[in-house]
Amino acid sequence: MSTRLAKQGRLIDRSKQIEFSFNGRKLKGFAGDTLASALLANDQMLVGRSFKYHRPRGLVASGSEEPNALVGLGTGDRFEPNQRATTTELFSGLSAQSQNHWPSLEFDIGEVNSKLFSRFLTAGFYYKMFIHPRPFWKHVYEPFIRQSAGLGKAPNKELKDADTYEHFYFFCDVLVIGGGVAGLQAAKSAAATGAKVLVLEEKSYWGGRTPVDGGMIEGLEAEAWVAKTVAELEAMDNVTLRSRTMGAGVYDHGYILGYERLTDHAPGQGGPRHRMWRIRAAQTVTATGAIERPLSFAGNDVPGVMLAASMRDYVVNWGVTPGKRVLIATNNDDAYRTAIVLHEAGVEVVRLLDTRETGGGDLADRVRALGIRVECGRAIAKVADGKRVTKVAICAQNGEGGAREEVEADAVAMSGGWSPVVHLWSHCGGKLIWDEAQAHFRPDPDRAPTGADGKPFVVTAGTASGPLTLKAVMADAAAAGAKAAEAAGRPAQAVASIATSEVVEAQMEAVWLMPAKADIQLRMKSWLDYQNDVKVSDVQLAAREGYESVEHTKRYTTLGMATDQGKLSNINGLAILADTLGAEIPQVGTTTFRPPYHPISMGAIGGSARGDIFQPLRKTPMYDWHDANGAHWEPVGHWRRPFAYVRSGESVHDAVNREVKNTREKLGLLDASTLGKLIVKGPDAGKFLDMLYTNVMSSLKPGKCRYGLMCSENGFLSDDGVVARIDEDTFLCHTTTGGADRIHAHMEEWLQTEWWDWKVYVANVTEQLAQVAVVGPNARKLLEKLNAQAGGGMDVSKEGLAFMEWKDGEIGGFKARAYRISFSGELSYEIAVAASEGQAFWNALIEAGQEFGVMPYGTETLHILRAEKGFIMIGDETDGTVIPQDLGLHWAISKKKEDFLGKRAQERSHMVDPDRWQLVGLETVDGSVLPDGAYAVGNGLNANGQKNTIGRVTSTYYSATLGRGIAMGLVKHGPKRMGEVIDFPGLDGKIFKAKIVDPVFYDKEGEKQNV
Amino acid sequence: MSKAQSALNGASYAGLAKVEETGLGGMITLRGDFASAGFQAAVKAATGCDVPGVRKIASSEVGAVAWMSPDELLLLVDYAGVDAVVAQISEALAGEHHLAVNVSDARACFAVSGEGAREVIAKVAPVDLAPGQFEAGDFRRTRFAQVAGAFWLDEAGVFHIVCFRSVAVYMYNLLCTSAHPQSKVGVYA
Repeated sequence: MSTRLAKQGRLIDRSKQIEFSFNGRKLKGFAGDTLASALLANDQMLVGRSFKYHRPRGLVASGSEEPNALVGLGTGDRFEPNQRATTTELFSGLSAQSQNHWPSLEFDIGEVNSKLFSRFLTAGFYYKMFIHPRPFWKHVYEPFIRQSAGLGKAPNKELKDADTYEHFYFFCDVLVIGGGVAGLQAAKSAAATGAKVLVLEEKSYWGGRTPVDGGMIEGLEAEAWVAKTVAELEAMDNVTLRSRTMGAGVYDHGYILGYERLTDHAPGQGGPRHRMWRIRAAQTVTATGAIERPLSFAGNDVPGVMLAASMRDYVVNWGVTPGKRVLIATNNDDAYRTAIVLHEAGVEVVRLLDTRETGGGDLADRVRALGIRVECGRAIAKVADGKRVTKVAICAQNGEGGAREEVEADAVAMSGGWSPVVHLWSHCGGKLIWDEAQAHFRPDPDRAPTGADGKPFVVTAGTASGPLTLKAVMADAAAAGAKAAEAAGRPAQAVASIATSEVVEAQMEAVWLMPAKADIQLRMKSWLDYQNDVKVSDVQLAAREGYESVEHTKRYTTLGMATDQGKLSNINGLAILADTLGAEIPQVGTTTFRPPYHPISMGAIGGSARGDIFQPLRKTPMYDWHDANGAHWEPVGHWRRPFAYVRSGESVHDAVNREVKNTREKLGLLDASTLGKLIVKGPDAGKFLDMLYTNVMSSLKPGKCRYGLMCSENGFLSDDGVVARIDEDTFLCHTTTGGADRIHAHMEEWLQTEWWDWKVYVANVTEQLAQVAVVGPNARKLLEKLNAQAGGGMDVSKEGLAFMEWKDGEIGGFKARAYRISFSGELSYEIAVAASEGQAFWNALIEAGQEFGVMPYGTETLHILRAEKGFIMIGDETDGTVIPQDLGLHWAISKKKEDFLGKRAQERSHMVDPDRWQLVGLETVDGSVLPDGAYAVGNGLNANGQKNTIGRVTSTYYSATLGRGIAMGLVKHGPKRMGEVIDFPGLDGKIFKAKIVDPVFYDKEGEKQNV
Repeated sequence: MSKAQSALNGASYAGLAKVEETGLGGMITLRGDFASAGFQAAVKAATGCDVPGVRKIASSEVGAVAWMSPDELLLLVDYAGVDAVVAQISEALAGEHHLAVNVSDARACFAVSGEGAREVIAKVAPVDLAPGQFEAGDFRRTRFAQVAGAFWLDEAGVFHIVCFRSVAVYMYNLLCTSAHPQSKVGVYA
């Protein structure tokens, strides 16, 4: 059984007891515990069930490489699935639930199923099994698989995360990822040059695993050296140290993400929970250490089987032991340290099996001297199945697993050697080389990730580089820090020599299967990927079925595709693949390492963007007034515009009809501030606009306005609006609301890339001006009243300001620019004032307008009024495939101009095809409203047996003015088919019959706007 | 004129740093040829300043001028006098290709001050705000989380931010969130 030891535990504070719960059971731990160590202290060996077979699983590791101990953490609005017990610091009131079991962790139906059916659940099972019959996938297979597979539960969708998150931008010369002895030494070396250094450590404590493994550095015990070095670094102005912060990903241009966990260990203390560091570093040192590999023997997933160094961590760091009688299996000297630690803690080491016939070095001698039984050339044949280790069968390593001897043990420590953590090195293209002696891939310093200058920007330090002995690690780290600082532009320095203790270790032996010729029964129980339930036999099957690429094998077997991204399984898996294929390991290669190194929260990625700062909302100066006066909002890009102003007792539709009639009969006000306003100025401005618009703008006289169309180079209609000529050199171009930024960028692009020698400047003054459309038969009366009240102002009479003219002056005491333009067909003025005075101007209009029946109107009324007049709307009548000619806008396309954007394209054969659908008006025979986007059908069927389509609805509204539905649409040969009735099938089987008519439904002569 | 109102009416908040909307400021977008003597003279006449270097702001008792791009400056002058300054520049540069336009009302202005100011901005703007890296006279045209903005530091240690008026509420809420009293990063303090 696992238990707390009387002594040991350098990280825990036994004076501070902490209560927590696991699956509702109240348990106790100490301050400094991880959830994993606290569970072990309470003999909770079983922590979860596996993904596919629902096998009982326990802790395998002590750090972020842990594949099994994933729990649902917290409750309610702080619940989060798939949290690693090993990286979860214990806090008072912590509540954890194990995952992937039903009905309980102890008794699980899925496990019974898998015992009966596991021989069918081999590699590629899903692909092979669930493909036939086809309809079964959706209705039978997928619901069943979703029920039985999967890890944690999703949080309750009704609840919102109680925590907040943020980002932080930081810049440094040298970023060191990893705060073990190598990282600290690298930081020290780099900082000595004066470089600005940031050090990130994912754990809450510094020093990595060296204080556990032991050793002397510069005459101090490792732990003392770490404390001294951290203190020295903290005292330096050019160094920032950050614990509980993981280097998550390395990206191009020295961009690195750091993931800081601020309150995970103390939830609810206030402030952000996680902080995403967005770092720009000239050079990055990855001192990310190494991960111990499991050994592949039958039953290596039974709770109680653990990595040897992790078991040592639990004893030394947290004072817990996973068992009282421990068996150790290894292919290298490091696991002997575990034997010594366990022995010193009073735990019985029943046997140490060393696969090497010749055994280990200095450490082996020490273990033997302690009286521990060491057997060379021996291996584990099988750990008996169950919820914890009880019996271990041992055999010769170089055999098939016969002639077994059974040993009683309650825990097994295994070590298959060490693999450097190369993930961060590899994220941005760092390459690896196979190290035959250590049987691992390590970074190839000659093929580092390179920056924009073609030079390396990542350096590895310590075990992350490959070396595994303390002396080599410290030398490598000191060199790495100096190298990074120099590459970051600091002066070169001689690399300090660091004195350390030395231990002579014997050569490790590559062991990919235990025993080496294990039979199929054993291989089917030898796990490679714990989290995704991939076994040695699965990878071998994939190889036999023809999977040669490691990337394909990964996807076929799901090896390394779980939340741990194969930290423990990748090397073992590809070694098995290589062996089965008869290839060398480096030929098979590795899969691709991708950020993040370890899962990070979605909240941290989003940062502070939630609630009212989730997305910027653009508000006009009159926004608050609209909001207080019943605005039903419509998003238009990032703007919010009133769709209609709804009065109490009204539906939105009622409000729209009221606004339409009132504007036609009396007086309406529209907040048109969002319309794009671009100033185009310079001696070549006229020439420039002649290229951008399809018609001629250079001939426009100052004081006049002209409507224009803009097309893309491909001829398609892109934007429209009224251009006013301000003076000889200056034009003001109105764009659509959504087009302001886009058209500004479009203009700048042409000016900067094609016509860079033309003398034209553009400025976007959209937000400088609040613009109000004063519309309706009473519009002039209102303005004249305001001017009278102010004791004079701009002449707004028909003669003083004629249709399609503009003028600067004062209206009601406001400095204003008024345009006599109309998008409604009524007498209309668009009046621009300073944005800061927009609300005051609006108030004045509303107040003075009462006697004229003034009402504000929203975007829907704007749309209906323009549709009644047959005016097109960018985005309704156009969709990126429509040219002006389709819309009957030939009058706005110059035939005289030599060139304009889109001219050439509009001459292509497809663009002049008489069969192109063209704009017409549509009137339903029964007066109803056509469905938006409906298609008209014609005779015959197409190649797919569907009815041929001959047109579609582009705009459709109920016209309160006419008391019936009106629509515009694009119809094949439409303008030649006036009076014909065509069919528009609706979604509910109803056929709408509509007559093709002129698109101008109201005041075709244009008398009303020109008064 | 009392009719003119800034977007947030001078709202303010005190957290890690003090965040306040500073009301209407006079601003002019001026585009032209920086190398021209006439252009330089016009800038000097309007603001009392020489044309600033790349990513710099120059200031005098009359006004200030910030570098926006290789052919664009932002002139900061008294709000009430903007139109007169625009007219003066236009007159001075009548024979020279240029663009001068009043953008005062297109903007919202904020000040961020106090010990935590650097960190509050560094949470939302991708700029190195370390002391020594960003100092009085430095100017950045950048973004604040999801919106465009520009900022500079004055001699009194106050950061000034300008953004578009339509997103003033977003900018204010963003800065206040960044200044949450329990969100201190602690690297610049």
